[in-house]
Amino acid sequence: MTVAVAPTLAPTRSRLRPGDVLRVGSLGLRSRRLRTSLSTLGVAIGIAAMVGVLGLSASSQADLNSKIKALGTNLLEVAPGQGFGRGTGTLPDTAVAMTGRIGPVTAVSSLTTVTATVRRTDQIDVGITNGIGVFAADPGLLDTLHAKLADGKFLDAATAQYPAVVLGATAAQKLGITSVGDGLRVYIADKWFDVIGIMQPVAAAPGLDRAAVVGLVTAETYIVGAAIAPATIYVRTADGATDAVSGVLASTINPATPEEVQVSRPSDALAAQQAASTAFTSLFLGLGAVALLVGGIGIANVMVIAVIERRTEIGLRRALGATKAHIRRQFLTEAVLLAGAGGLVGVVLGAIVTAIYANTQHWQVVIPPVAILGGLVAAVIIGGIAGLYPAARAARLPPTEALRSN
Amino acid sequence: MTAALEIVDVVKTYPGEPPVVALDTVSLRVDQGEMVGIVGPSGSGKTTLLHIIGTLDRPTSGEVLLAGVATANMSDRQLSAVRSQLLGFVFQQFFLLDGMTALDNVANGLLYRGVAPSQRRKEAAEALERVGLGNRMHHVPSKLSGGERQRVAIARAIVNRPAIVLADEPTGNLDTKSGVAVMDLVRDLHSEGNTVIIITHDRELASSLPRRISMRDGRVESDERDVQVETEMAAS
Repeated sequence: MTVAVAPTLAPTRSRLRPGDVLRVGSLGLRSRRLRTSLSTLGVAIGIAAMVGVLGLSASSQADLNSKIKALGTNLLEVAPGQGFGRGTGTLPDTAVAMTGRIGPVTAVSSLTTVTATVRRTDQIDVGITNGIGVFAADPGLLDTLHAKLADGKFLDAATAQYPAVVLGATAAQKLGITSVGDGLRVYIADKWFDVIGIMQPVAAAPGLDRAAVVGLVTAETYIVGAAIAPATIYVRTADGATDAVSGVLASTINPATPEEVQVSRPSDALAAQQAASTAFTSLFLGLGAVALLVGGIGIANVMVIAVIERRTEIGLRRALGATKAHIRRQFLTEAVLLAGAGGLVGVVLGAIVTAIYANTQHWQVVIPPVAILGGLVAAVIIGGIAGLYPAARAARLPPTEALRSN
Repeated sequence: MTAALEIVDVVKTYPGEPPVVALDTVSLRVDQGEMVGIVGPSGSGKTTLLHIIGTLDRPTSGEVLLAGVATANMSDRQLSAVRSQLLGFVFQQFFLLDGMTALDNVANGLLYRGVAPSQRRKEAAEALERVGLGNRMHHVPSKLSGGERQRVAIARAIVNRPAIVLADEPTGNLDTKSGVAVMDLVRDLHSEGNTVIIITHDRELASSLPRRISMRDGRVESDERDVQVETEMAAS
């Protein structure tokens, strides 16, 4: 040790390096691990709830979005008007032809229920319908609905006139049919029909999943024995012209009594569902905020206790040259680190919950970056606020009082 | 000889009915390289004097100069700077932080001077070698004996090369043997040129110091130099 040389000038100011602020601020946390983990729990739960809610809501929105996209917002569904005195339950025979003449209409197809049962063989009792309905459609239906096939082919100009059938996804499953094989037949209305295709689930018309679809001419010839008036028409329009087409559809199809025609847009139902879910989101976000607040109070509480317990440490640091600001910074850093750790745990927890739930729902997992960032920022702010009072109290403590022996 | 410490007409009163006069017009001067004991029974004002010398408390009136630097008009922040650079404290209760090793505890002596961590550790290691604890650097305080803990605290007090080392009852929490070892160390530091002020109520300890300032009722009762001790220490 060298001899101390008395400086002649007033000393330069005390300073604590930024890295040391972090080191000093985390000391209390590192040396009391159990307390640290317990006191971060409140904030962690709060942030997890908020991230989870935002993640689930985003995932479900993304799912609805993809459904809407699959459906297309340019698809219109036309059905006979319902209710008292509103027509015959069918649309005019000319409906499909008339609709096709509207300029921006790119595709139009009809779908009509036919009263018949579908059975695997003729040995099965006619009462066992499996809930499968028979529909008559034209070959363009698949394209109009943007539906896809799981196997085989859809009806074409030829097969739409012969006893051939395309099964919906659920219908095929109920009948125990997984693929289209040579000579595979089902029994419809006392006739054998060749199974030529199986559809994937159809977003635009979920009713088709439980359907056996036959050609319009086939239905008229082999099942009903008479001309069939269309019950539902699906109309695909050019983008941006959907509203315009929607406005003229009713009077085009039935100029005499347009009120007997009901036009709807299937994607509207999903959009409404999307809007409804945001109401729940705000409710749960509120609950998360309450948990966060309670977590913040918990941290403030723990910090007040820490300041009381570590009185002599504060006195020692003041004797070593710490300014009031250094002491304040130390405890503020500690509170922010405590809450920040809670925030980090919360974000991870929230993301895990989202991933697990979204997977059970077969949604794609979406965790909005704003939820992750917002969660961390919220935790840090809560920590800062919770640490304000304890830190100020620690800084105010006079060194002589802090050093007084107990 | 330069004065390491000069206090002039220091009065400290604590408010109350009637006000308590803890220090009553105390003046004294300690030269650089001196080793001084401030002795007195409890209530004599010696702890208040230590706090005022250590700039942990301000006098009601009077002036305190540390290494020639007047502290009367300094802000709290400036006083903190004085402590970080001119003073080294040794406490009766050691006040080591449990969460860190002896080395890091000593390095804390340089923490508030903005010294880089690697440099702090390097100087702390030197200071620990100096107090004979080179082999205990990475022990936490709870794994050290009382005497070792106080030696770590002494290393922390000298790591910033202070103008004055202030020791408040440094042997008060130690058994006789450890106490003797600690005092030997303090004497070594003094013989190397460090200015040391020891506050104690232990007359026996005080009698081994070359200069004794006795306090009673807030006043300096006597200030005596022991020539015999001085020559003995110079000879050793």
